[in-house]
Amino acid sequence: MSAHNDSARDEVEPVDLDDPKLTRFEVYKEGLRRDDIEIIHYEPRFPKPGTKAEKRMERIVGGLFLLAGLFATLFVAAFIWWPWEYEGAATWRDPQTWYTPVLGFFLGFALLFFAVGVLTWAKKLLPVEELVQDRHDGGSSKDDRRIAESTVDTMVDDMGLRRRPFLVKSALLAAAPLGLAAIAPLGALIKDPGDMYTVTGWNAERYNDGEPIRLMMKDGALVRPDMVSAGGQITVYPAIDHGATNQFPTAPTLLIHLRETDAATLRGNLYPMYQDVDALWGNFVAYSKICTHVGCPASLYEQQSQRLLCPCHQSQFNVVDNAAPVFGPATRHLPMLPITVDDEGYFTATSDFLVPPGPAFWNRPSLPEEDEK
Amino acid sequence: MKRRNGSSDSLLTKAGGELDDRFKLAGPARVLFNKVFPDHWSFLLGEIALFSFILLLLSGTFLALFFDPSMTEVTYDGAYVPLQGIEMSRAYESTLHLSFEVRGGLFMRQMHHWSCLLFMASILVHMLRIFFTGAFRAPRETNWMIGIVLFWLGFFEGFFGYSLPDDGLSGTGLRIMEGMTASVPFIGPWASAALFGGQFPGTTVIPMLYIIHVFIFPLLMLGLIVVHVALVFIQKHTQWPGPGRTEHNVVGYRMFPNYVMKQVGFMLFIWGVLAAMGGLFQINPIWLFGPYEVSVVSSASQPDFYVMYLDGLIRLFPAWEFRVPPYFTLPAVFWPAIAGMGLSVLLPLLYPALERRFTKDRGHHNLLQRPRDNPGRTSLGVMVVVFWTIGAVSGGNDVFAEKFDISLNAMTWAGRIGIVVLPIIAYYLTYRIALGLQQHDREVLAHGLETGILMRDPNGRFYEVHQPLAEPDEHGHTELEYNGWVVPKKMNRVGALPPTDKGFFKSIEEPSENGSAARDEIESGSKH
Repeated sequence: MSAHNDSARDEVEPVDLDDPKLTRFEVYKEGLRRDDIEIIHYEPRFPKPGTKAEKRMERIVGGLFLLAGLFATLFVAAFIWWPWEYEGAATWRDPQTWYTPVLGFFLGFALLFFAVGVLTWAKKLLPVEELVQDRHDGGSSKDDRRIAESTVDTMVDDMGLRRRPFLVKSALLAAAPLGLAAIAPLGALIKDPGDMYTVTGWNAERYNDGEPIRLMMKDGALVRPDMVSAGGQITVYPAIDHGATNQFPTAPTLLIHLRETDAATLRGNLYPMYQDVDALWGNFVAYSKICTHVGCPASLYEQQSQRLLCPCHQSQFNVVDNAAPVFGPATRHLPMLPITVDDEGYFTATSDFLVPPGPAFWNRPSLPEEDEK
Repeated sequence: MKRRNGSSDSLLTKAGGELDDRFKLAGPARVLFNKVFPDHWSFLLGEIALFSFILLLLSGTFLALFFDPSMTEVTYDGAYVPLQGIEMSRAYESTLHLSFEVRGGLFMRQMHHWSCLLFMASILVHMLRIFFTGAFRAPRETNWMIGIVLFWLGFFEGFFGYSLPDDGLSGTGLRIMEGMTASVPFIGPWASAALFGGQFPGTTVIPMLYIIHVFIFPLLMLGLIVVHVALVFIQKHTQWPGPGRTEHNVVGYRMFPNYVMKQVGFMLFIWGVLAAMGGLFQINPIWLFGPYEVSVVSSASQPDFYVMYLDGLIRLFPAWEFRVPPYFTLPAVFWPAIAGMGLSVLLPLLYPALERRFTKDRGHHNLLQRPRDNPGRTSLGVMVVVFWTIGAVSGGNDVFAEKFDISLNAMTWAGRIGIVVLPIIAYYLTYRIALGLQQHDREVLAHGLETGILMRDPNGRFYEVHQPLAEPDEHGHTELEYNGWVVPKKMNRVGALPPTDKGFFKSIEEPSENGSAARDEIESGSKH
């Protein structure tokens, strides 16, 4: 304990609470003394009660409370009677446009007025005070510790934890499987990821009885070459049940109609695995739309630089070089969907993607042909 | 008046007596009422988080009455015309319903979101205050760790919360989370399949996140917050060093009525600000984003601010993928997302123990340190702040690039270089600034305050008059020890020369008496 507090306690003598001459404040101070608190400074904010300044402060605080009540009433009234129902695009002249702002304004200011009222009461009307209390930091007294130690030791010996090591060991041995049993039900969540990363909606064997899968647009319209002008691109989906829904998250593909020179460049750069399956059809190329970084759609097509950009983490892919990554955190190219045009003039996929599309995963097989130029 | 007061007094006494008969409260209640709290504005930052949390519970309960965490496909035919006829999940539909067709629903939703942002922001600022003043030192390491855990619970609670509506933006966030999860060595794909019930996005993740968001995490957080506040109460709050303040006492004012009134006022104030924000400032207008579709994204897809630093790290990290052909792949995203987040949890948790180890300081500390007095720790903290800020700014680098017409690639490279170089520079600069401030404190203690008054002695030499802080020796020096207190740096801090222009709305011209006397004394040259 600091010298300061020691001397403080010496000064303040305990009082006899039965003394009838004690004032209320003296009894109160005895409470402070018992809690090791000493008053350094304590004086009313307004030494002379009932002055003009004090009355003025009371009026301010009271006024703030009444304002808070008024605003709270307005909030409730607005909540009930202000026209609120959304009726399509409205202009600022329509009152329902203002429903949410009006609620916020009234409730906000009701709370703020009440808050400032309470704070003003505390800061301007409560006595000016400074007190000092002993901290009693750093553990219990030596006696308390010793007694607690003996109590725990007695408990331990009553149970015979030291004398009966077999019980302790068998209990511990049982606790491990019991703990396991407690978390085992969470195992119901476990699912074999299987081939969810490697098979997409373009897999004809699984989703179309082995028939080649056509390309369709969001609305289900099948895609013909004349639907995309040179330099243009559309998003296509497998023409199967729910092919354009989130049930096939790795299927969305970007069909690009390259200009003649760009197509020539791409053919010169084509990876052997895509050359082998003749992945392009004419000047059309189809790339997986799912970014190989963490799977956002890499959908911003910059025609001038022939780049695809993923807006999530700014990976950029070179369209005329197998959609290989040229900037940003992505490490692998966007897989190419081998396409052709069938007898009826519709685009079809000749197979699923040759490498798994979308983000990498821990047991993703790393294929040497991916890195081939 | 008098008589009514008297009767209510006796009523209070009687009620107290009845309560005490049953619960034996008189002793403990007195201890509680009398407890002394130290006073400083910086001790109230954590309270902002506490009050936002209470409002989060209240507004969240309202939202839960109307939100349906179901992934059932429905066709929208609600009030919002642009989305009518569109296929979407029940979760998204019920959020639209809540926003357009529930009285005050949008107000509550926006207030909930703003409260979450304020909750996380105030935790961060509160944490910085604790760190820079050394308040985490013994005996308060446990509470520091609870605080760190609370931050991360809040981080995921918030992320799960804005994932629930299943709108375009929240789906994009989950998509990124799936990519991160799948990158974890050995368990990645299995963890992802467990989380999404098979392939992303599936139909189970929203109901799962819902029960975590509205039950498990709030319960954990409420429990930890109670322990957090109870420990502050039991261990007694730290205090700034100053006259009469020691390691063994607390100087301040009583819990009742002073402290409690200020807290209640402050709580209502925070709620008032949040209610006004919820009504006046739009946030997360989910109806503009449409339902989540895997093939649709827009630019400027930013997470909430507290997730942005992580997103920024993912953007900045180079395309380094490690492969163990032909079986395994360690994707680039693993390093910033999983390793980066792991370190962001672990290092702050361990910091108090690490500092104890390196300083070999085993003592208890109830007096705070001024940041300048521990330049090493302060510089480390600033280093982390700079690192975090560059990460957060990089999380929005596409927006910065677009708004300021900078090359996006240049932004990324600036971030990559900046996040390595700038924290080091920040460390050095902060260290020098801290030492400079220390030196200036000691200079003022030795030579006194600068008064701004220039004198010329008979030899023609100019000098500035200094106001010593104690009786100087014959050379004008004072022997004052620096003891961690704030050293006055301006004359008006020692009572002289107070600002002449007082008053908020109109000036109260009232020159201070002792001020003019002190000025006369200094100007007459009797002290220097």
